[in-house]
Amino acid sequence: MAAAAVAAPHLWLPTTREAWGATLKKGEPIKVGLLFSLTGQLAVPEEDSTLVMQYAIDEINKNGGIAGHQIQPVIIDAKSDFNVYSEKAKELILREKVIAIFGCYTSASRKAILPVVMSQNSLLYYPTCYEGAECTQNTICTGPLANQHSKDLIPYMVKNFGKKVFFVGSNYVWPKESNKNAKIWLQNAGGELVGEEYIPLGSSEFGPVLGKIRDTKPNFIFSTVVGASDIAFHKQFKQEGFKVDAMPIASLTTGEIETKAMGAEFGAGHFLSAPYFQSLDNPTNHKFVESFLKSKYGKNGSTHYNMEETYLSAYVFKAGLEAALNKTGNIEEVTSRMIRDVSGGVKVDDSISPEGLIWIDSDNFNTWLKPKIGQCQADGSFKIVAEAKEQVAPDPYSIYPNLGKCTATGLVAPDGKARKNVI
Amino acid sequence: MHLLDAVPLINALILGLSIASIWLIAALGLTIIYGTVGVINMAHGEFIMVGAYTSYALQSSIGLPFLLCLPASFAVVALVGLVIERGLIRYLYNRPLDTLLATWGVSLVLMQGVRLIFGSDPKYIAVPQIFQDNLAFGPFGLSVFRLVVIAITAAVVAATAWLFYRTRFGMQVRAVMQNKEMAASFGIDADRVYMITFAIGAGLAGLAGSLFGVLAIVLPTMGTAYVVQAFLVVVVGGGSLVGSVAAAGLTGELQSVFALFSNDTFARFLLYVLIVVFLRFRPRGLFAVAKARR
Repeated sequence: MAAAAVAAPHLWLPTTREAWGATLKKGEPIKVGLLFSLTGQLAVPEEDSTLVMQYAIDEINKNGGIAGHQIQPVIIDAKSDFNVYSEKAKELILREKVIAIFGCYTSASRKAILPVVMSQNSLLYYPTCYEGAECTQNTICTGPLANQHSKDLIPYMVKNFGKKVFFVGSNYVWPKESNKNAKIWLQNAGGELVGEEYIPLGSSEFGPVLGKIRDTKPNFIFSTVVGASDIAFHKQFKQEGFKVDAMPIASLTTGEIETKAMGAEFGAGHFLSAPYFQSLDNPTNHKFVESFLKSKYGKNGSTHYNMEETYLSAYVFKAGLEAALNKTGNIEEVTSRMIRDVSGGVKVDDSISPEGLIWIDSDNFNTWLKPKIGQCQADGSFKIVAEAKEQVAPDPYSIYPNLGKCTATGLVAPDGKARKNVI
Repeated sequence: MHLLDAVPLINALILGLSIASIWLIAALGLTIIYGTVGVINMAHGEFIMVGAYTSYALQSSIGLPFLLCLPASFAVVALVGLVIERGLIRYLYNRPLDTLLATWGVSLVLMQGVRLIFGSDPKYIAVPQIFQDNLAFGPFGLSVFRLVVIAITAAVVAATAWLFYRTRFGMQVRAVMQNKEMAASFGIDADRVYMITFAIGAGLAGLAGSLFGVLAIVLPTMGTAYVVQAFLVVVVGGGSLVGSVAAAGLTGELQSVFALFSNDTFARFLLYVLIVVFLRFRPRGLFAVAKARR
């Protein structure tokens, strides 16, 4: 009687780990989430991110997968809506039980999903440049931080064009933080800031800013204008009669897609700092460009820094998972957090990485990379005019030393207090 | 004030004229559709976008010169507007809230349709070399293309004014605006008037789109950037043609002058605050049209 009462409702209690969050199973594909926008304002860069991730996953699978397991992407359209990002991140982790999410392009979307990623102790690969000032135990970033991005660009421009510079940026967190870094480089290089302006995101009216630039007569312009505005900026720069050889724009964003969209004649002569250019002359990159553009994912016709950083994140994941497997020997025991913890120091060497050898910092889990400076040519391709001699260390708190130092276990303040999950 | 001190201000005023012309040509189609047909057309931004894509498609497929792309995109988008009016809007004239939703739906369909056909990567419209320069008179200057936009806007406003105030069709439109039933009882085909007006309004948006494609960028989402400004001009102006001209002139100049003394972001903030305050005291705009509420 009593036994029947207990048996009847068939109480089910999760006794295995698989009831909670992600698990990997022997012989089953490894599920990862691709959380990018395929529609809306952010679709231009993020569609390329999704395509290149699918390409990278196909490539890894074709070469035997990871320890014999195929990777299976779960592709989500985040619709350029930050609510959708956080909702879908939750769904990817809890329902799809993905081991890692590759996603986001803007800092706003990253900050929208990080609380979910952190509370589930999952793993986010953030595959583009950002401002830093974050120290979580659940993120790996494969793009340049603000402290790496403009370090060589500013002295290069001051040396070749003159001391006076005008900063133009889109009005949100990344340009403002980037410019704080750039001001330090400018000071070290003996340059002079003659003006600083921020344009509302998405605005296409640069008349007033160009008027001020005309009045202050800088030797070059340092730009962190993003997206459609960036294209309008370059077009109006030329239409208003500014000459690129007298006052070039040194940008952190104007790459191959932007140049194609504005028309090469508007991009020619300007400078870009990035770890990757389509025109990089090395066998790995030649192979990457050729086979990517030939594949079914290469429909947009070019490769660019954001794409390549995303491509690398797939291989950083592969290296991290392999390192975790080495440690446990059993794929069913690998968790998201374990992959992240063993990813410190993992390398993607120049036989895979089109931009050359990179590795993950074992304190802050950003990427050691070589920023390069390219000048846009008349055909829209970039000519590399300078390259860092060695990989530059990522430092998410370079301009906020008072806040502390990011370590693998948290942000350690100067007084020795450690805080976890700082975003 | 010494003349030299006035140079930046005068340049800002010249630039303000250019900004005003951009806002005005973006708002012109909306003004006509709202002022005449009474439909708040949420798909206006997407008509602008379709205009830009029309220019791009004609230029890249058959190599049509840019100046011919302008009338072509007017015609194509007018046709699109005509189809939408006949197929959807005309059934909703007595239900303003439903037209709001329906036109918003149309905007999503157009945006996604264009994305399916052309992809979501930005496109590019080429213009003659002569449009890519700057015109300077001493310390004063403006880009040639901005002058072209001002000239085209002026021409289109003149043509619209002529159409609505100097032709038989225009008289019919104004009659229908004042009282649809009464006009109908005098033998005016109100249905036809609405149809043509809607098509013209859409066409004007298309024309604006091919200009904006040159100034900025061609993207499926480009319309949203202009539609807010367009609505602003229409609301401040009160929905009449002269109101829109005055509102665009005023807001464009203020935006430019504020930006000179502060920065672009703050200028926009200040402008919007002023508009809110203005609408508090004149909720029906600068030149409220006296008309029977439909």
